[in-house]
Amino acid sequence: MTSATGAVTARGGGGARGLTAELRGFKEVQRLAYACAEAVAAQLRPGVTEREAARMQRRWLRERGVRDWFHLPFAWFGDRTAFTNFRIPLQFFPTDRRLEPGMAFILDMAPVHQGFTADIGYSGCLGLNPVHDRLLADLEAHRELILREVRERRPLREIYEDVERLMVRQGYVNRHRAYPFGVIAHKVDRVRPRRWSPTLFGFGTQSLKGLASDALHGHRDGWSPLWSPYKFSDHPPRPGLWAVEPHLGFRGTGAKFEEILVVTDSADPEESAFWLDDDLPHVRRWQEEGAA
Amino acid sequence: MSGQQGQTGLEGARERWVRTGGVELCVAELGDTARPTVVLLHGYPDSKEVWSQVARGLADRFHVVLYDIRGCGRSSAPKPLRGGFTLEKLTDDFLAVVDAVSPDRPVHVVGHDWGSVQAWEFATVRRTEGRIASFTSMSGPSLDHFGHWIKKRASRPTPRRAAQLLNQGAKSWYVYMLHTPVLPELAWKGPLGKRWPKILERVEKVPQGAYPTPSLPTDAAHGAWLYRDNVRSRLRRPRADAYAHCPVQLITPTGDAFLSQRLYDDLDHWAPRLVRRTLPAKHWVPRTRPDQLVAWISEFVTSKEEGDPAKEVVASGPYADRFGGQLVLITGAASGIGRATAFAFAEAGARVIAVDRDAEGVARTADLARLVGAPQAWAETVDVSDEAAMEKLADKVAAEYGTVDVLINNAGIAVSGPFLSTTTEDWKKVLDVNLWGVVHGCRLFGKQMAERGQGGHIVNTSSGAAFQPSRVLSAYGASKAAVLMLSECLRAELAGQGIGVTAVCPGIVNTNITSTARFTGVSADEEKRRQAKVSRVYGLRNYPPEKVAAAILRAVARNEAVVPVTPESRGAYLMSRFAPRALRALARVEPPM
Repeated sequence: MTSATGAVTARGGGGARGLTAELRGFKEVQRLAYACAEAVAAQLRPGVTEREAARMQRRWLRERGVRDWFHLPFAWFGDRTAFTNFRIPLQFFPTDRRLEPGMAFILDMAPVHQGFTADIGYSGCLGLNPVHDRLLADLEAHRELILREVRERRPLREIYEDVERLMVRQGYVNRHRAYPFGVIAHKVDRVRPRRWSPTLFGFGTQSLKGLASDALHGHRDGWSPLWSPYKFSDHPPRPGLWAVEPHLGFRGTGAKFEEILVVTDSADPEESAFWLDDDLPHVRRWQEEGAA
Repeated sequence: MSGQQGQTGLEGARERWVRTGGVELCVAELGDTARPTVVLLHGYPDSKEVWSQVARGLADRFHVVLYDIRGCGRSSAPKPLRGGFTLEKLTDDFLAVVDAVSPDRPVHVVGHDWGSVQAWEFATVRRTEGRIASFTSMSGPSLDHFGHWIKKRASRPTPRRAAQLLNQGAKSWYVYMLHTPVLPELAWKGPLGKRWPKILERVEKVPQGAYPTPSLPTDAAHGAWLYRDNVRSRLRRPRADAYAHCPVQLITPTGDAFLSQRLYDDLDHWAPRLVRRTLPAKHWVPRTRPDQLVAWISEFVTSKEEGDPAKEVVASGPYADRFGGQLVLITGAASGIGRATAFAFAEAGARVIAVDRDAEGVARTADLARLVGAPQAWAETVDVSDEAAMEKLADKVAAEYGTVDVLINNAGIAVSGPFLSTTTEDWKKVLDVNLWGVVHGCRLFGKQMAERGQGGHIVNTSSGAAFQPSRVLSAYGASKAAVLMLSECLRAELAGQGIGVTAVCPGIVNTNITSTARFTGVSADEEKRRQAKVSRVYGLRNYPPEKVAAAILRAVARNEAVVPVTPESRGAYLMSRFAPRALRALARVEPPM
């Protein structure tokens, strides 16, 4: 397992354009995943089930060379976007829930392409849904808050609490709490391409192995690859690539984004943490709204 | 004649007489004839004046038409009476009136009691098709639907169905009485007619006044033939094709002594896209709840006249039938339970006034409330402990938004620490908000409710600490226990006026009350640390305020007195009655800090 941590010591001082080859690889697969989300979202029609939407994502990415997964694509429709009444992790898996006009949906996928991992979340709605639009607009503050506090090197657990406080102040409920370990983010890394890449409960075994080894090392050194509300996340941001996924819920509608935050050990605050890519659908949407 | 009209409250109405089938019907009209026509049909034993308040409320937006049905009020009676009151003849009357008052446009029909029974006939027979734009029914089922309802339950009597049948059978006692010959007429023209206004006031809470009209004894005597001419034949052989050909809104009073709510269980089968409303009231809603009826009738008629046909009239949330269009005021609505309650009422289609001293938070609450379904929502920045500000708020609300239907006194703050280190300043603060805030709310808005005389509901947020003593919650517990007893006393006082009072005792709920809590007798730093610690514990408990909000809506709908919400609060409530010593032992435990 190659560690990406070494690759992200800095952007090579060249600002946004000066990404190392490693980071470019991550960025490309993240773009590929978002392209998949947009392509699949454009094909969603009333009556499509979550299973079908998940299959569409899987097929689209397989056609473009994806063979391994951090996790298989998920799709959530309607009140499942807010994880209403979720008790056990099996409920995350796609169901036969059908999409209806006005329903919100979330597509979440984590393909591994040429050894680079992406983990993205794409929120949308079929037709008009003012609640969903508001949620998505209010996520912008969270993207800013997370970056600012990571640059301040605040303990991850405190950042988690600040994000939750902002959500509550906005009138929403923190729904990433429903994820395994209640994580708002987790580390992603390079994965060595194998001929056979099985999955376990929807998660790629290679990636799980990476996560487990990080967890083991982290446990010795006092950090964790899972960014959670618990004590094991009470440490400053650890250099590496973090897939950050704040998830808002409000009265049966949920919205999230998920993208990679690069954390480095640079002393320059600008370089110490940055979003891997600022040209993503949700960011473009905020910029358009801001311009309008 | 004008003197009598002045008494009955239909002053200013234009009158005309419509001749049909050997009788002469007295028709009254209010409002602009260019507007959509709403026809109000009265019940038994009533005359059109039963609608006077509703008609006045509707007149500035609609062309309102009322008529005395044959044999009632000032309309003449058929001769002979027997066979003169069949639903077929009543349909003739209706068509004659409608042709006279609105020859080219279909009308909106509103029926109460027998007015609704006959309007169901109009809404389901072929020959009125195209003449009715909508139908609002209250306390009067279709006899055909009723017949099928009985048949279904009698032919396959499960225990539940049998119970429903017996229940409605007992409620229909007066129908059997009315089938006896001569006696009902004698009673109505004799002692019953004389005492009827008193009975209405005492049993049905219908306010005394211009109603009933002096024609009551003859109305009631003639009206007995409505039952004798129709009930037996229709119940024995109900029509199989009694499907409504117009949109129907059903308003069900929950306290109706004559009609079970279960009668309408199968109604969706007969009236597709039925709009349901429930009203906590007794049978005579046109007299006891005119404002609510005006609001719902206006909304329904307007939606059918100009609205988007695909849009649902009723909001989607739980209890939307009960709270749709009602005015709900919530204090402490910028966060936590207050905010969640505002959203829950908004989802039920209520109009929401969110009150808090946090201007930004409360504006956000109102904003999101509109987003999830409140037709209107306002934010008011007021400190509930400020008497003058609360009085100003009450005046503003009355003048601009109307009378509050549901008041939620929820604003509260927390103080924790030993009694001996709690300063008078701390005491003043917590009592000002937790107790005086509730007192001001109840006093000002409760008064408006009582003066309107059309019911309402007050919810006061108490706490599990009201019955669970604790060595560190003397001030907070005292304030919340006071709220609990205040609510119980107020409930007794206002019960006669149809105003319910509920004390909600949430328990440990994950809100920001912990992060603003005052910890007495410790340094500022230590206070901060304890706030963070308690917040974390409450976060781990993670009981969401949304569940408390759901409990509040349920409590209002069911008019519950004391509602402990979380399991620990329910447990403490139970123990306070059966094992108070155990609670006292618990009270001595010092919480680990």
